[in-house]
Amino acid sequence: MSDQTPGAPTTVSRVPRESAAGEEAYLEVTDLQVQFPTADGLVRAVQGLSYSVPLRRTLAIVGESGSGKSVSSMAVLGLHDRRVARITGSIKVGGREIVNMSDKDLEGFRGGDAAMIFQDPQSSLHPYFTVGDQIMESYRAHNNVSKRAAKERAIDMLNRVGIPNPKRRVDQYPHEFSGGMRQRAMIAMALVNDPKLLIADEPTTALDVTVQAQILDLIADLQRDFGSAVVFITHDLGVVAEIADDILVMYAGTAVEHGPVNKILGEPLHPYAWGLLESIPALTGEPQPLHPIPGSPPSLLAVPSGCPFHPRCEFKDRVPDDWCTTLRPELVPRTADQGRTSRCHLKEPDKVFATEVLPRLP
Amino acid sequence: MTAATTPAKSGVRSVPGAPLLELENVKMHFKAKGEGLLARKTQWVQAVDGVDLTVQPGETLGLVGESGCGKSTTARLITRLLEPTAGQIRYQGVDIAHMSERKLRPYRREIQLIFQDPYSSLNPRHTVGTIVGTALRTHGMVAKSGELSRVQELLEVVGLNPEHYNRYPHEFSGGQRQRIGIARALAARPKIIVADEPVSALDVSIQAQVMNLLESLRKELGIAFVFIAHDLGVVRHFCDRIAVMYLGRVVEEGPRDSLYEKPQHPYTQALLSAVPDIGVVRGVPPKNRIRLVGDVPSPVDPPSGCRFRTRCWKAQDICATDDPALIERAPAQRVACHFAEPPAESILAETA
Repeated sequence: MSDQTPGAPTTVSRVPRESAAGEEAYLEVTDLQVQFPTADGLVRAVQGLSYSVPLRRTLAIVGESGSGKSVSSMAVLGLHDRRVARITGSIKVGGREIVNMSDKDLEGFRGGDAAMIFQDPQSSLHPYFTVGDQIMESYRAHNNVSKRAAKERAIDMLNRVGIPNPKRRVDQYPHEFSGGMRQRAMIAMALVNDPKLLIADEPTTALDVTVQAQILDLIADLQRDFGSAVVFITHDLGVVAEIADDILVMYAGTAVEHGPVNKILGEPLHPYAWGLLESIPALTGEPQPLHPIPGSPPSLLAVPSGCPFHPRCEFKDRVPDDWCTTLRPELVPRTADQGRTSRCHLKEPDKVFATEVLPRLP
Repeated sequence: MTAATTPAKSGVRSVPGAPLLELENVKMHFKAKGEGLLARKTQWVQAVDGVDLTVQPGETLGLVGESGCGKSTTARLITRLLEPTAGQIRYQGVDIAHMSERKLRPYRREIQLIFQDPYSSLNPRHTVGTIVGTALRTHGMVAKSGELSRVQELLEVVGLNPEHYNRYPHEFSGGQRQRIGIARALAARPKIIVADEPVSALDVSIQAQVMNLLESLRKELGIAFVFIAHDLGVVRHFCDRIAVMYLGRVVEEGPRDSLYEKPQHPYTQALLSAVPDIGVVRGVPPKNRIRLVGDVPSPVDPPSGCRFRTRCWKAQDICATDDPALIERAPAQRVACHFAEPPAESILAETA
C-alpha cells in the first residue's frame, strides 16, 4: 500500500459476515451508568446501557452529540476521572472487570489488551515528540524490549498502516504529516500491542471522503488480520453501513435499538432511527423533501420522563394510557425476530415502518 | 462598460443581460515563507488558481472538493473578504474584484455569507437583536422605530421565537445559532448568499431542519446560493448545478443529475465512489470503490500540466505537459481532463 505510483483503481466491496450467535463476548457491558455531579445538577450521561461484542466483530454505536456514545466508550477503557464521574454497573473485557479496577491495573490494560483511536489526530498526538517516539513509548510500556527493537516495531507498524517511506517518517513530528497520515499514525500507535479490543471514536469524521475510504479499508483489513473486537463510534450512517456487523442506536444516554446492521438500517423499529434515516439526503433518485425529527435532543440534566424520546416522537399518540410520558420502555424484542431489540411502546413497529415510514424515505 | 451600466438608487450598478455573478480566471495566491535553506525565498500558496464560475439569478451552485481545494477561499473572494491576485469577479456585469471599500458597500449588502461554525461566527457580547439588526442599521434599511419589528419578523422567518431578540448567543443550541446566522444574512435582503459548510457542524436531525429552512427561503425569496459543502448527499439535495474543485481549480462542472450519474473526470468518479452509502443494507448491490493513492499535492508547488495526474490511473505523458482546459463534453457539463469519459457502469448504485 506504500506504493505511490497510481495504478488501476482498486475496487473493494464488503460482504457482511455471518451472525454473531453462539460466539463468546470479549467485551461485555452490563447495566452501565455514568453520572457527573455538577453545580447545575446531576448529568446522567449513560443510563443502564448493556451490550456485548465478540472477537472479530464490529459494533457501531450511533447517536447524536450528547447521546452518551463517547462517554460510555471512555468508561470501557477506564478513562474517566473517578473523582468526577460516578460509574456503576459492569464492564468486562476478556473476563476482567474494568469498573473499580485499580489505576495500576488499568495502566497495564490500556494500550495492551484494549486501545482507542480518537477523532482528532491533531490534538491526540504530542507535538513535541516524533511519531516514532510516541509509538515506541506505547510498545515499551507493555513489552520489555530495547529501544532499537521498539523502533523496528514502530517502522513495521507505520509500513503496515500504509505510510510511505516509514524509515524516514518514523523520525518526523506530527506537524510534518498530513491529516490522513496522522490518523494512520494514531492507528499504528493503537495497534502496536496487538489489542484484542479496539475502540474507534469517530476516527474518520475529521477526514475527507477519499481519505475516509482509505482509513475504513485499513481498519477493516487490520481487524481481519488481528482478529480484534471493534467498537466503532460514529454519527454517519453511511460509514456504519460499510463497516459494521451490528448497530447500537443511542439516545439521551440509553440504547434505543440494537441488532444486525442490515436489519437496523434496512427496517428499523424505533421512531428515532426512522427519523435519522429520513434526515439523510439520498445520492440517487429525485431529491425529496427531508422529514427531520422536530426539536432537539434533551439536556442530560433533565432527561424527559417515560420514554426519553417522547417530546420529539410523532407516534406517541398511538400508544394508549400516556405510557410514553410516564413509563420507560424496556429494550426487548418487539417483533418475531428475537435477534434485535428496541426500546419503544409502539405496537407492530415493523408494519408501521413498512406502510408509513418507508414510502417517504429520501 | 461604464456607459452601458445603469446606476441604481442603491449604488449597485448593473449591465443588462449579464449573469448575477461571474468569476473569470480568478486567482488567489498567498505569500508564504519558505523553510530551511529556502527561508529567504518567497513562496506562493496557489489556493485558487484560475477559477471560472457563473451563477444566474435564483440559481444554486454547489461547490465540492476536499480540504485545501480552495472552495472556502473562493467563498471569501466572492464576498470580497479577500482581494484576488488576478482575474475578474463580476456582479451583474460589474467587476468588483478590486473595488474600494467605500464603493463596495452597496454590493456587500446584496452578497451575504453564512459561516460554518455557529459558535465562533456570532459575537457573544451582542444580543440576537443587535446581531440581526446591524445589517439593517449599516445599510439604512429601516427607520430606527421599525428596527425591532423587522428583527422579530426575521427571527420568525427562520423559525426562532421572536420574543427571544434580547437573548445572547450562548442561550441557543447549535442549530438555533445557525438560524440566527441565516437571519443575519437575510436582514440585508441579499440577491445571493454564499453558504460555507452551513450544516456541517450540526447533528443529523438538526442538519435536516436547517436544510429544509434554506430550501424554503430559496423557493420563497428567490435568492441565489453558492453552497459549499463536503457532504455530497447534502450538495446534491440542495443544488441545481455543481462544480468539483481540486487543488485550486474547477475540474468538472455540470447539472446535478449528469454530474452524479455520469461524472467524466476521474477525480469526480473517485470522490463519488468514496461516499459511504446506506443503500448497501437495503439490498442494493455494493458499489465498487475507487481507492485513491497518496495525498493531495502541496498548493505551493502543484504538479505541472493536469494537477490530478499524480493520483490518476489514466495519466499519460500528455497530462504532465499539457494543462487540460475546462471544455464542454456533454450538454452543460464541462470537464478538464484529456481522457474524460463517463464511467463504464454507474458509480452510485441504483435504488429500486
